[in-house]
Amino acid sequence: MDQLDTIEAQSIFILREAYRSFKNLVMLWSVGKDSTVLLWLTRKAFFGHVPIPLMHVDTAFKVPAMIEYRDRFAREWKLNMIVGKNEKSLEAKETFPDGKLTRLECCAALKSEALKHTLSGEWPRWVLDHTTGEYVKQEGGEPFTGVIVGARADEEGSRSKERYFSPRDRHNDWDVGDQPPELWNQFKTDFAPGTHVRIHPLLDWTELNIWEYIERENIPIIDLYFDHGNGKRYRSLGCMPCTSPVDSTAKNVAEVIEELRSGKFSNIAERSGREQDKEDGAGLETLRRDGYM
Amino acid sequence: MAKMGQHVNEAIGGVGQMNIVVIGHVDHGKSTVIGRLLADTGSLPEGRLEAVKTNCAYNSRPFEYAFLLDALKDEQAQGITIDSARCFFRSSKREYIIIDAPGHIEFLKNMISGAARAEAGLLVIDAKEGVRENSRRHGYLLSMLGIKQVAVCVNKMDLVDYSQDIFESIRAEYAEFLGRVDIEPTEFIPVSAREGDNIITNSDRMAWFTGSSVLDVVDGFAKEPSRVDKPLRFAVQAIYKFTAQGDDRRIIAGRIDTGTVNVGDEVVFLPSQKRSRITTIEGFNLPTQTKAVAGQSTGFALDEQVYLTPGELMCRVDEPQAKVGTHLKVNIFWMGRQPMIKHKRYKLKLGSTRIPVWLREVVTVLDASDLTTDSNKQQIDRHDVAECVLETLKPVAFDLSQDIAQTGRFVIIDNYEIAAGGVVLDTVHSATNRTLEGVRQREKNWDRSGITPEMRSERYKQRSTLVLICGPVGAGKQRLAKALEENLFKSGRSVYYLGLANSLLGADMNVDQGGERDEYLRRLGEVSHLFTDAGLILITTISDLDEYELDMVKTLNRPNDCRVINVGASRFTEAKIDLQVGDLSNQAAAIQKIKDMLVQEKYLIEYYL
Ligand SMILES: Nc1nc2c(ncn2[C@@H]2O[C@H](COP(=O)(O)OP(=O)(O)O)[C@@H](O)[C@H]2O)c(=O)[nH]1
Ligand SMILES: [Mg+2]
Repeated sequence: MDQLDTIEAQSIFILREAYRSFKNLVMLWSVGKDSTVLLWLTRKAFFGHVPIPLMHVDTAFKVPAMIEYRDRFAREWKLNMIVGKNEKSLEAKETFPDGKLTRLECCAALKSEALKHTLSGEWPRWVLDHTTGEYVKQEGGEPFTGVIVGARADEEGSRSKERYFSPRDRHNDWDVGDQPPELWNQFKTDFAPGTHVRIHPLLDWTELNIWEYIERENIPIIDLYFDHGNGKRYRSLGCMPCTSPVDSTAKNVAEVIEELRSGKFSNIAERSGREQDKEDGAGLETLRRDGYM
Repeated sequence: MAKMGQHVNEAIGGVGQMNIVVIGHVDHGKSTVIGRLLADTGSLPEGRLEAVKTNCAYNSRPFEYAFLLDALKDEQAQGITIDSARCFFRSSKREYIIIDAPGHIEFLKNMISGAARAEAGLLVIDAKEGVRENSRRHGYLLSMLGIKQVAVCVNKMDLVDYSQDIFESIRAEYAEFLGRVDIEPTEFIPVSAREGDNIITNSDRMAWFTGSSVLDVVDGFAKEPSRVDKPLRFAVQAIYKFTAQGDDRRIIAGRIDTGTVNVGDEVVFLPSQKRSRITTIEGFNLPTQTKAVAGQSTGFALDEQVYLTPGELMCRVDEPQAKVGTHLKVNIFWMGRQPMIKHKRYKLKLGSTRIPVWLREVVTVLDASDLTTDSNKQQIDRHDVAECVLETLKPVAFDLSQDIAQTGRFVIIDNYEIAAGGVVLDTVHSATNRTLEGVRQREKNWDRSGITPEMRSERYKQRSTLVLICGPVGAGKQRLAKALEENLFKSGRSVYYLGLANSLLGADMNVDQGGERDEYLRRLGEVSHLFTDAGLILITTISDLDEYELDMVKTLNRPNDCRVINVGASRFTEAKIDLQVGDLSNQAAAIQKIKDMLVQEKYLIEYYL
């Protein structure tokens, strides 16, 4: 088994462990490369099926192509697709692009808050109806107790300390100083009522591993990651106002891999295009303690 | 924030990634050694080192290489490592995940989590402070976790004038200790992490040292020998059938711990002893496979549809098989806040098995920081290492850790938390078990009156018994039980239908979901003992009962009788069934069959009528 086989087997093992242990399980799908690889690994783990619902938090500031891509594959792969959003802030235009919030506050409102309340079932969920192809608003959903997330340890400091199974309390808080032990692939699958668990099957993957796997498996990835002739492409997807494309002429998966291995990005951090990380020295840790993925 | 230490210069080869943990006493320089290794090999992303330096200057505190790893705010504020971090790094030889473990006793469980992922360890000792409590404890724990490949860095040599004498005396002391815990270090390296001496190249300041630098030693660690050569062990994680999606494959899913398996191989599942044969190896987006090997997460279809539950261990019939038992002699390391005590129910997770477990006997308790032992302790406290005997509710399949590490280790759950890790040392053959002991105790203390069972029998015109109606969920057992009660009652018998069991013992009341099915069964057994002791015929139903559960209920009901009636498919051998009822379409006939049996076996005494 080579490197990709090894991390693939570990991720599949974790996904199956999660599916076995949690009744109300959900997977976050941002449509970015990491969570799309995660979705692909789910199909691997369950022999072509996706028995876990997928949740997408729509901030309304995502690139439109992302939403088109999401719905196309949700239909093609018969995904149980759930969309959540912060209706109130969006209606009241309480956002960074509307000039009312800082970047960090905006992330907290449109992502963390929306996610928290959609997971808990307090806020409505928009669920894809495969017979009509439309999303249907649903109220009063059950809380999800297991949330699968595509975080990687190499992304930034606080993620390097994550567990595969990481408990969160009622308020979504992450107690980084007191994480459960994790021995020999025995994870924290027992949890007290009211708490829930974040599951991180991709912790051992690097950005390069992700792209190599996309190439090997021929995973249909959104083409915002590639240059379409203007010398720019996205390396990391987020909201339009806060994520800038990088200068690059990589036009396909092979060229992206080349660029990461030995080219211009071999020594530059992936999230360098994300503005909200810069406002506070430990911006992402602050957001993450508070429930950001 | 930037990602850490991804240094990627060449294509991934087949060498495979190596996981290394860096451990040792607090402040001895573990994080600094790693930071230095990342910085000096050029593994840090562009600008990362400068950013940390600027940040330090801005906050007017001295720059520390450790800040490259101690990324949490609390860690930087307190200057300590709180939790293990994974850092990705690549030498000219291969890729690494380096795990920076905390040295503080308070964060020992984090150290364990980090170390359990590693294949080799780098122990760091401060030359000025010498061997300390956690240098020893960590050394012991590495050994217990099965990590035998270790090198030692004697760090901060700059603080002792790069003295060879000091280095040699620490080497002598620590090598002796490691020898006692069965570790033979590949190398002792004198280093100064802060100054960069002997980290990636040999330093002029210690010309007397002729060994290798840290980087060379790390590159020299061998990958763990292939697990493919051992007998097959495949822990069944799940049985999938996605019929709703129009897929009628029944797939046994899991990961192969050791060995290989081929299409056509005959396999046995333990502890149930069920046998079958592999017909296909299943996968998604894969060409057809005829062989699966250790490390793969895969799935199989079988030629015979044996009843299986997650937690079974699949072995090959033509290879040495795993052991099966309820009493295990183990070595455990306790991390729980509450001590481990006897008579308390815990949960054991071994491979894919999840099962209630009790502490039966504490043999010795060891203080891992000085290897002193205590054989009088009756409980296991936080940070103790103990040799003890555990008893599981039902037989489990396992190996001795010295034979197959992957299936010879486990964790124990106390109140939702992983409270201990352990390894299996031996099987213990025990003539008794918890249920039997409890019943003996109960019978000893039971104060019986002058009314004998014979007198009750005469009065009630019947011999008392428990009538246990078993079978799968939805077989119509409850309806049958109630009709049987009514029938017997109307014909003058003293009978009672206990309806509690069915709802409480529903199909999802298993240990896997955190339920305590065995607790309810124990109560049921105790209640039936009361009713049958009083001379009654007690009728009850239990779904999906297995053989061990049946034995437990029967034991608890002793010395009184029990008659087992099975409706439909059964999970136990025929010998355990007193009456098989195939089909309930004719309920009256079924009731007649049961009554005939009760009459024939003299539970219903006819000549009184
Ligand atoms: N003089 C000297 N100090 C060192 C050396 N290595 C680490 N230190 C210091 O020792 C302290 C603890 O280091 P750190 O790496 O955080 O230790 P850890 O707790 O083992 O991770 C820090 O202040 C380091 O600067 C060394 O080689 N020489
Ligand atoms: Mg440290």
